[in-house]
Amino acid sequence: MREIIKSFTVSIWFMFLTFPIMVIKVNTIEKTIEWRWERLIFVGIGSFFLSFLWRYLITRKESGIKKAEAGEEIKQPLSQRFFEDRRLFFPALGGVIILTVTFPLFFSSYQTNIMTNALMYVMLGLGLNIVVGLAGLLDLGYVAFYAVGAYCYALLNYHFGIGFWAVLPIAAAMGALFGILLGFPVLRLRGDYLAIVTLGFGEMIRLILENWNKFSFGPSGIANIPRPTFFGYQFSFDHSFIYIYYLMISLTILTIFVVNRLQNSRIGRAWIALREDEIACQAMGIDIRKTKLTAFALGATWAGMVGVVFAAKTTFVNPASFTFMESAIILSLIVLGGMGSIIGVILGAFIFILLPEYLRAIEEYRMLVFGAAMVVMMVFRPQGLISNIRRTYEFRSSKKQ
Amino acid sequence: MEPLLEVKNLLMAFGGLLAIDGLDLTVNENEIVALIGPNGAGKTTLFNCITGIHKPTGGDIFINISNKKHYRINGLKPHKITESGMARTFQNIRLFPNMTVLENVMIGRHCRSHAGVAGAVLRNGKTRKEEKNIVEYCYNLLEKIELDPFVNEQAKNLPYGVQRRLEIVRAMATDPFLLLLDEPAAGMNNQETKELDALINKIRDEENIAILLIEHDMKLVMSLAEKIVVMDYGKKIAQGTPEEIKSNPVVIKAYLGEEDDT
Amino acid sequence: MDWLYFLELFLSGLTKGSIYALIALGYTMVYGIIQLINFAHGEVYMIGAFTGLIVASILTLLGLNTLSILLLASMAAIIYSAAYGFTIEKIAYKPLRQAPRLSPLISAIGMSIFLQNYVMIAQTSDFMPFPSLIPDFEFMEPYAHIIGSPELVIILTTMVVMIFLTVLIKFTRIGKAMRATAQDKGMAMLVGVNIDRVISMTFIIGTALAAVGGILTACHVGQINFYIGFLAGLKAFTAAVLGGIGSIPGAVLGGLVLGLTESFGTGYISSDYEDVFAFTLLILILIFRPAGILGRSTTQKV
Repeated sequence: MREIIKSFTVSIWFMFLTFPIMVIKVNTIEKTIEWRWERLIFVGIGSFFLSFLWRYLITRKESGIKKAEAGEEIKQPLSQRFFEDRRLFFPALGGVIILTVTFPLFFSSYQTNIMTNALMYVMLGLGLNIVVGLAGLLDLGYVAFYAVGAYCYALLNYHFGIGFWAVLPIAAAMGALFGILLGFPVLRLRGDYLAIVTLGFGEMIRLILENWNKFSFGPSGIANIPRPTFFGYQFSFDHSFIYIYYLMISLTILTIFVVNRLQNSRIGRAWIALREDEIACQAMGIDIRKTKLTAFALGATWAGMVGVVFAAKTTFVNPASFTFMESAIILSLIVLGGMGSIIGVILGAFIFILLPEYLRAIEEYRMLVFGAAMVVMMVFRPQGLISNIRRTYEFRSSKKQ
Repeated sequence: MEPLLEVKNLLMAFGGLLAIDGLDLTVNENEIVALIGPNGAGKTTLFNCITGIHKPTGGDIFINISNKKHYRINGLKPHKITESGMARTFQNIRLFPNMTVLENVMIGRHCRSHAGVAGAVLRNGKTRKEEKNIVEYCYNLLEKIELDPFVNEQAKNLPYGVQRRLEIVRAMATDPFLLLLDEPAAGMNNQETKELDALINKIRDEENIAILLIEHDMKLVMSLAEKIVVMDYGKKIAQGTPEEIKSNPVVIKAYLGEEDDT
Repeated sequence: MDWLYFLELFLSGLTKGSIYALIALGYTMVYGIIQLINFAHGEVYMIGAFTGLIVASILTLLGLNTLSILLLASMAAIIYSAAYGFTIEKIAYKPLRQAPRLSPLISAIGMSIFLQNYVMIAQTSDFMPFPSLIPDFEFMEPYAHIIGSPELVIILTTMVVMIFLTVLIKFTRIGKAMRATAQDKGMAMLVGVNIDRVISMTFIIGTALAAVGGILTACHVGQINFYIGFLAGLKAFTAAVLGGIGSIPGAVLGGLVLGLTESFGTGYISSDYEDVFAFTLLILILIFRPAGILGRSTTQKV
């Protein structure tokens, strides 16, 4: 009974809270007011039940913490166990590979295009994951490097006619360069200041692109960017989508390969140590300046490359594609998937990009759900869907026991 | 023989407050030196100055490694100081909680290895060999300190006493000639303190590492240290063997009514 | 040099700066107490403006006079913003008090995105015209070419709010509890301060101030949309950092400095880069004096 009263109070509170924004809609031109009372009922009922769920989850989380403190084994969630069990994981991986490779054969170019999109976000997510997930540097201006890549291709092509393949490495290098450029001034900043400065940096790049007409052609952007060629061969409109799809698959595999190797290397360990404790990290002989700069540079590289693909795919770039929302989407998909975990990021990207595409009904609510998901994930499962699995080592003597 | 570590007339001011006021200190090869004094005497600040976390306001800190020349380390970055051969632990344990025990120790090897981005991506022969060496070196070290059963555990899941020992192992992995331990026995029970006593002696005897430690547990200090330095209000008020310190009236006065039994 | 032009820029900078200061106070107060950048603060400002618009529109249809509309709409905006601020803290920050620093920050960003889209979906994504509720005073007419009545009202309101806040923090019980909590949470709890209540109060006061800023700006600019909170929030944060985050006079000073910089920057250099000035200032201040103008630098305890 007490629970019901509690939920009832919550529901009344939310009905009060959402009343003006949800119910009343004024038309200031025709001077009419629309009352949408039915929404108030939805909010009331919805918040009544959600508050039960919320309290249940909070108690569960608290008992989980207590259990962990008492040293009890905590049951891993299903998703986690799935990826740790090799007998399940490898066949599944095989299936996924076959599916991705044959995808364009079975689906329309529209579907392929959506998949390409998702893959681009996978790559962006993996890049940002180096900075945020591994090195623990909250970068809210990641989209700037994406813009750098896209404009790199657009401008180099416009002025000098340089082709896609030549620009790809240039854009990667430019991404890294901008990463270092951003990295230098923020070396000394703590987590939350860093977040704001990177956010400012991202907005600044966009504003410069918008206002520096002579350089970037302002808000109207640059059109007629050529699609990529295959050893000089230009595909037809339809086929080029499939080509870009395979291109994105290869780039994504390259990213996964490199990021995986990096995270299990001396440098990757230094990044994680930096995330865990900056002071202890320095005291153990790690040059944190260098470590931070490599993280920024290697994270930004991928965004630079995806930027080129983006420009080639849409054949048009303008500053409106590179708003803070883009950075927020990339950040939220790695938060959802699991910071620091490659599989988590991939999963997060597919869920976040594909779900709204296929469930048209929720597309409008996409960012609303993203935002709510970020809050809920942080409160109840900060490690994301798939948490980072630490590598274990086996030794002869430890096996004996 | 020249001392390993030589602190001369060190000054450290925070705003108007002099946390360290003209301090002199030496640590010789293979020596265990204890730094004691009431809370707020400036002991941890001294550690922070020596290890580069704070930049001293004045004075000198020199180190001497057997064949190299005497050199001054004031204001060097912490990682440079660790590279030069001094490693520390922290008063309130600062492990990397979400990394495994082995990885924690492997971080200590960072400054003794070289693989870069290219090496990490290509994973060539040289990098693989280096990685293998790091893993083996760290495992051996863990075995020596008897932490090998925990090798794949996450640091945050370890019992308190093990965490303290792991921090020492992590510092040892940087291959130091001097270890700085900040209250290694804090929060330990009698049994654990005894084990720690044996461990510190073992590190000194078998690894030839000199030790400078801050400690409030007088029993441990008296049994371990060859030399004791007493600090109060940022100044050195006494120095000597445990016997001398025990009977020193200045020390007794500084500690009067401040019996610390942690 | 054209002095009139200078004066005009100065006053418009002061107006802008006052608004930034009002919003910055919320950032600074919250940061002072729980060391969190409340990313959703700008959104609460936007919600305040929307609530004000809705209430004002209804009252206009009922045929009330402008002054009472202004007062009632402001009241509604303040109450609702404070209610939102209170709720946001309970949902997105309170469960994360013990979590690592990055967690509440991400949660805050999520909350900000959520609120923006909530207003966009429930209301509209277009700009809405906002009625000019601040009347033109007759005695101001001779000076109308330099400063309008709305500007004057904004500057004066900010001053009054500032004085009120200073008195609140310096002399009342809750103010003392807030200062104690900001200094040392554990100790404040031991001496009987109800931390949860203090934090809630901080959010309520901070967001109420943002609502005042929201209404005033909306009257001044004449239109609002769901996105106005983002930029305003970012700039107000800049102001808070500029003055030294955690310091209340710092937030005011930072707001004014930022407003003046922008005003003179656009007036004398280029109007295209208005926002770039703010960000440049933010980055420069964080690099060269991270503690801000009035803030004290703190060394991290090891």
